[in-house]
Amino acid sequence: MSSTALPAPHRRDADPYRLGRGQGHGAPGHGGGHDHATGHGAGGPASKRVVVGFGFWIFLLSDIVMFSAFFAAHAVLLDATAGGPSGRELFDPTRVALETGFLLASSFTCGLAAVATEARSQLWTQIFLLITGLLGAGFLALEINEFTRMIAEGAGPQRSAFLSSFFAVVGCHGLHVTAGLLWLGTMMAQVFIKGFRPNILRRLLCFNLFWHALDIIWVALFTIVYLIGLGT
Amino acid sequence: MLGKLTWDAIPWSQPIPLIAGAVVMLVLLGVLAWVVVKGYVPYLWREWITSVDHKRIGVMYTLLGLVMLLRGFIDAIMMRLQQALAFQSGGYLPPEHYNQIFSAHGTIMIFFGAMPFVIGLMNFVVPLQLGVRDVAFPTLNATSFWLTATGALLVNISLVVGEFARTGWLPFPPLSETGYSPGVGVDYYVWALQISGVGTLMSGINLVTTILKMRAPGMSYLRMPMFCWTALSANMLIVAAFPILTATLAMLALDRYLGFHFFTNEAGGNMMMFMNLIWAWGHPEVYILVLPAFGVFSEVISTFSRKPLFGYRSMVAATLFICIVSFTVWLHHFFTMGAGGDVNATFGIATSIIAVGTGVKIYNWIFTMYGGRIQYATPMLWSVGFIVTFVIGGMTGVLLAVPPADFMLHNSLFLVAHFHNVIIGAVLFAAFAGLTFWFPKAFGFRLHEGWGKASFWCAFIGFYVTFMPLYIVGLEGMTRRLQRYDVPEWRPWVLLAGVGIIILFAGAVCQVVQLVVSIRDRDKLRDEMGDPWNGRSLEWATASPPPAFNFAVLPNVQDEQPYWTIKQRAIETQQLPAEPDYQPIEMPRNSPTGFITAFFSTLTGFALIWHIWWLVVVGLVAAYAIFVWFAWRDVEDYVIPAEDVAKIDRERRHARQAWLDANARVGEPA
Repeated sequence: MSSTALPAPHRRDADPYRLGRGQGHGAPGHGGGHDHATGHGAGGPASKRVVVGFGFWIFLLSDIVMFSAFFAAHAVLLDATAGGPSGRELFDPTRVALETGFLLASSFTCGLAAVATEARSQLWTQIFLLITGLLGAGFLALEINEFTRMIAEGAGPQRSAFLSSFFAVVGCHGLHVTAGLLWLGTMMAQVFIKGFRPNILRRLLCFNLFWHALDIIWVALFTIVYLIGLGT
Repeated sequence: MLGKLTWDAIPWSQPIPLIAGAVVMLVLLGVLAWVVVKGYVPYLWREWITSVDHKRIGVMYTLLGLVMLLRGFIDAIMMRLQQALAFQSGGYLPPEHYNQIFSAHGTIMIFFGAMPFVIGLMNFVVPLQLGVRDVAFPTLNATSFWLTATGALLVNISLVVGEFARTGWLPFPPLSETGYSPGVGVDYYVWALQISGVGTLMSGINLVTTILKMRAPGMSYLRMPMFCWTALSANMLIVAAFPILTATLAMLALDRYLGFHFFTNEAGGNMMMFMNLIWAWGHPEVYILVLPAFGVFSEVISTFSRKPLFGYRSMVAATLFICIVSFTVWLHHFFTMGAGGDVNATFGIATSIIAVGTGVKIYNWIFTMYGGRIQYATPMLWSVGFIVTFVIGGMTGVLLAVPPADFMLHNSLFLVAHFHNVIIGAVLFAAFAGLTFWFPKAFGFRLHEGWGKASFWCAFIGFYVTFMPLYIVGLEGMTRRLQRYDVPEWRPWVLLAGVGIIILFAGAVCQVVQLVVSIRDRDKLRDEMGDPWNGRSLEWATASPPPAFNFAVLPNVQDEQPYWTIKQRAIETQQLPAEPDYQPIEMPRNSPTGFITAFFSTLTGFALIWHIWWLVVVGLVAAYAIFVWFAWRDVEDYVIPAEDVAKIDRERRHARQAWLDANARVGEPA
C-alpha cells in the first residue's frame, strides 16, 4: 500500500498530456510515438495509451447513439399512455433528485480515484473506487425500488407504450450502471493484485470515461424523461 | 428444461429443408472428419482460430462471406424457380416456406454475405495500405469476426431446428410481433443480428481507431489511399448507425419477450416508429456496403490504367459528402407512410443530391481511365462492368427518389430490380474485383485469369438477363414477394429472369472452379516479388503473403503514392534503398478469447430463441468469466528478434533485386 512519487517534472513538461510523444521508446520507423511529429499522423502510429483512450471514446459515442434511439422512441411515445398513468402521476421528484445526487457524487469520487491513481496511491485509489461503487449501488437500489413500486401499482411496462419506453430507457441506463459496477469490482481486484502497470492504468482511464459518460446520459435522461415527464 | 424446444421443432414433414439441412450437416461433418483425420486441428487452432493477425481475420471474414453468398444464392435460385412455376398454380414451395426463403435470402446476403466480405477486405487491406503492423485492437478484431460467425451459424441452424422469420429481411411490425409471428422465426432473426451486430460495431470502432490513430510516419490524411478513405467513411457509418439497429431490435425483443408496447397495435404502440428507426440504420447500411466498393474500384482502376487516381481530393470530398448525406434520406423507404408533401419533397431532394457525389466519382473513374494504358485484367473487367451497371441502377434510384413515382413503384419488382442493380453491380462486383486483386497478396499466387474472366462475363450477362425483366414486370404492376400470380403478361418476363439466374449460376460455378484451378496451379501462378499488378500503394511494398509483422521497418511516406515513388526510385537508380537497421518487433499474442466468446454467444443466442433460461444465465456468466480471464493475462505481446526480422526481410529484398535485374530498363513487372 505504498505510494510512489509523481513522475519527474521534466518528463511531464516534455509531454504534458502524456500522449506518448517524446518518450523515446522505439526507434523511428518502429511505431510507438516519435520525436518529430509535424502534423496529424505525420509522426507515425500513436502510443498505446492514445489508441486505447481514443478507441474507447469512439465506443462511448456509439453507446450514446444507441441511447439517442431510445430517447427518440420515448419522445414519440410520451403521450401514448393508453388511458394509463402519465409521468406526472408516477414520478417522485425527491427520489429522482436523490438518484441524481448519488450518481453525480459517484462521478466526483471516480475523479478522485483517478487523482489517487495519478499519485500512484494504492490505498486511496481503492478507497475512492469503493465509494464510487457504493454510490452507484445506492443509485441502483433506488431505481430498482422505483421500478418494483411502479409495477406493483399496475404501472409496469406492459401497461402502455409510454411506460414501455420509460422502463426501456431508464432500465438501459441501469443495466449500464450494473455493468459498470461489475467492471469496477474487477478493476479493484486488478489494481490490488497487479498494481499500476501500464495496461491497468489504461483500463482505469477507460473506466473513468465510461463512468462519466453514464453521468452525461443520466443528465439527458433526467431532463428528457423526468423533467419533461413531470411537466406534461 | 429445454424451453420451447421439442422434437417437433425439426420439420420432419417437410422434405426440402430436411434434405437441405441433412446435406449441409453431412458436408460439415465430412469437412470436420477430414480435418481431424489429416491432423490439421492443431494447425487450424494455432494459426487461424486463435489468430489475432488482421490478415488472417480478413481472410476468414472473406471466406465466411463467400460461403454465405453461395447459401443466399441458393435461396435466390429457389425463389426464381418458384416464380417460374407458380403461374396460376402453387408452384413447389408452400407459402410459409417461400416466405422464409425470401426473408433468409435478404438477411443472409446483406448481413452474412456482403458485410463479412466487405469487412474482410477492409481488415486485410487497410493496415497494409496504411503501412502499419496490425489494427488498433487485434483481439477485439478476432472477437468481432467470431461473433459475426455466430450470427451466421444461428441463421443456418434455423434451417433445421425450428423456422426462420417469414417477415422479409426487415421484420416489420405488427407482423413481427408475437400476435402474428408466434413462432421462433423472428427470434432467430433478432438474436442472430444482435450478436453479429455487436461484432460489426466493434469492428467499426477498431478500424476507425486504426485509420485515425495508426498510420505510417508521414501518412497524413490526404496521403491515404482512396480505399482507406472509403473504409474510414464506412466504419464511421457503422459506429453511427449500428447502435440504432441494436436499439431497434432490442425494442422488438422487449415487445416479443416481455410484452412491451413499442410497436404493437394495442396500448399506444407505434409501428411506424419501427420503420423510421430501422431505416435510420438501414439507409446508412447501404453506404456502409457501397463506399468500400467504391474504394476497391478506385484502387483497381488507377492500377490497371497505369495512372494515379484522377481528382483524388474531389474523390475524398465526394466520399465524405455521401457519408454525411446518407443519414438524411431514410424516409424515402416509406414515402407512402403519408408524412405529407413537404416532408416527402425534402427527403426526395436529399436522395437525389446523393447522386451528385456519386456522379463526381463516376467521372473521376472515367477520367482516370482516359489517356491511361488500360489493361483488362479480371479486376478491371469487374470495374468497367460496374461503371456501366451502376449508372443504370443509380438512374432508376433517382427515379424512385421522386415521391409521386415512388407511390406507383413502391413494393414492386421495379424496386427489387433497382436495389439488386446497385448492390450486385457495385458491392458484389467490387467484392470479386477486390478478391482477384488482393488474392495474390494474401496467398502468394494469382487467381486463374481465364476462369475469372468467364465468371465475370457470366455474372455480367446473367445480371442483365435476370433483372432487366424484373424492371419491366415491375412497371407492369407485379409486386415483390409473390408466392403465386395469375397475370399472363408477366409470365414471359418471369421465365426470362429464370433463364438469367441460370447464367448467374454458371458465373458462380466459374468462380468456384477458378479457386480450385488456381490452388492446383499455384506454382505456375506464383507471385514471387509481391507486386503482381505494378501497384501504387504500400500493400505491394511487402512480400506476398506478408510476414506477420507486415513491414520490417515502417515505411516513411512522402507523397500520395508511396510505393510507386519507392519503386520508381529503385528503377532509376537500379538499386533498392539501403538495408535498414533491423530492430526486434513486438506483436500481439494469439488468443482464443474471440472463439470462446462466440461459443458462449451461440449458446446464449440459441437459449434465448428457445426460452431456455438457465442456459442464458450460464452463457452470460461464462461471458463475464472469459472477460476476466482475458483481462488477467500478464503477457500480451511476443517479440520477434531482430535476426528473424532481418532474415525474412532479406528474402523480400532478394526477390525485389532479382526483379530489378531482370527488368533493367523496362519498369514493368514480368
